[in-house]
Amino acid sequence: MADGANLPAADFAAGTPRARAARPVILSLDHVDKVFGTSVVALRDMALEVRQGDFISLLGPSGCGKSTALRLISGLMQPTRGRVRWEDPQARDTLGVVFQEPTLMPWATVAENVWLPLRLRGKSRAQVMPDIAEALAMVGLTGFENAYPRELSGGMKMRVSIARALVTHPRLILMDEPFAALDEITRFKLNNDLLAMREKLDCTVIFVTHSVFESVFLSDRIVIMAARPGRVIRELAVDAPYPRDAAFRTSTEYVAHCRAASEALAEAMQGVAHEG
Amino acid sequence: MAVTDAGPSRATNTQSAPVVDAEEAGRLALMRRERTLRWALPSAVFLALILLWQGAVTVYEIPHYQLPGPFLVMQTLVEDFGSLAGSWWTTVRITVLALILAIIGGGGLAILFTQSRWIEMSLFPYMVVLQVTPIIAIAPLIFIYIDSHIARVLFIAWIVAFFPVLSNTALGLKSSDHNLRDLMTIYRASRWQRLRFLQLPSSLPYFLGGLRIAGGLALIGAVVAEFTMGSGGQSAGLAFRILESSYRLNVPRMFAALVLVILTGIAIYLVLSWVTWLLLHKWHESALKREG
Repeated sequence: MADGANLPAADFAAGTPRARAARPVILSLDHVDKVFGTSVVALRDMALEVRQGDFISLLGPSGCGKSTALRLISGLMQPTRGRVRWEDPQARDTLGVVFQEPTLMPWATVAENVWLPLRLRGKSRAQVMPDIAEALAMVGLTGFENAYPRELSGGMKMRVSIARALVTHPRLILMDEPFAALDEITRFKLNNDLLAMREKLDCTVIFVTHSVFESVFLSDRIVIMAARPGRVIRELAVDAPYPRDAAFRTSTEYVAHCRAASEALAEAMQGVAHEG
Repeated sequence: MAVTDAGPSRATNTQSAPVVDAEEAGRLALMRRERTLRWALPSAVFLALILLWQGAVTVYEIPHYQLPGPFLVMQTLVEDFGSLAGSWWTTVRITVLALILAIIGGGGLAILFTQSRWIEMSLFPYMVVLQVTPIIAIAPLIFIYIDSHIARVLFIAWIVAFFPVLSNTALGLKSSDHNLRDLMTIYRASRWQRLRFLQLPSSLPYFLGGLRIAGGLALIGAVVAEFTMGSGGQSAGLAFRILESSYRLNVPRMFAALVLVILTGIAIYLVLSWVTWLLLHKWHESALKREG
């Protein structure tokens, strides 16, 4: 496991199965169930091994438990059965989170919002000024330090939210449909930028989405989930190498992966219809 | 209308530097007019009422011990200002002190309530009881149990004023964004950090709303307290001067004291509105001007 850390970043990016197996496990879900009340099964028997450098998309219709899985990982909920096992405590300590809404404090400036995770660890603003500037530069918001959230567009607010997740230098970032509320042009731009950021930071991402296209473009592993009860149907690998740019979106490879994911998803939906 | 106007006016405006179309110009004119009317209309009503009042007093020859005219009231206010000013100061001081105590008591209790559900469950009903009991009814008891005059008056004004601060702040502390609360949990914020970085700022607009209500109530409390408690010798407030003037049938002076009470209320409202604007105008919806 330890030798995984010494692999050059390029090997992570290559995403070949051989390189993947050599990378250390950050976290694993160990046959996790989540039941609400007495009978609502939000998630059944979910097993997932997250390795360093993975970009995992949880893809599925609403009610398939993908957000529940993120809440279990972030510790906002405890599983009913099974457990969430952190192999890398550092990843838990620096965990970055991005919600569907930007979730910014309206009374605080952009810089103060990004400062929050470090401030909660008792770091003064002067101490972490370079970190804040770096995170804002990463999302392209240099110069907006003193703006208030209400002065920003939806896409810019989401960028601030991402900068706040990056400021702790996370090893793992959880993203819960972060771009679902944005228009398509903004979403494409943010998708491109997100991949560019990840190249620089070399961090692991678990990304919840209901968009096939988004999941194929971004991730190297797509976990397809179905609803009622929420569960994993199958996992697809997207072995196209990073960095991926806008050209990838029009490649035959991309289209083939989208078709495969759509078919798997349709299969998952059909299963639901049969059960119902 | 606006559509037919737009053509020629836009054409003429192309020569000048700032491009303003007819619709924009119309909106600016409307805004200007509204700003003027905002003070002009109430002023006109005020003037009309004063003239009507003075007219009625003159025409019907109402004696001034029944209803003095507004000019006699003003004259009395100016002439007696030396003696009224001291009482005014007493009333202002009690009002401000009661308001400060309401902020500390109401805000403090609200924070205490959010820190412990048990404390809230135990105490909140009694806060409501304090609020709904007519203060006049328990004034005689307060007279018996509290010795110091200033303490009595302050206590009564406080009871009247603190509840809106308490209930609004308590509501505000619970109204923080649930995603931000989750974020605090994920970042392992302590109870104190959660309070300071999330709950207190979220509750600020609610608190300030409560404060503006409490400002008026503190003044009412100060006046009621003095009516029921009498004056404490030299430090008589405006309420006592109104009573005293009524015993002497000095109605113009009653009105003069009343004018001072009203002015105090307006001043408190304006100051608190200004404070609200100062604290919220950068970020809160209520204090923002909508663009366009």
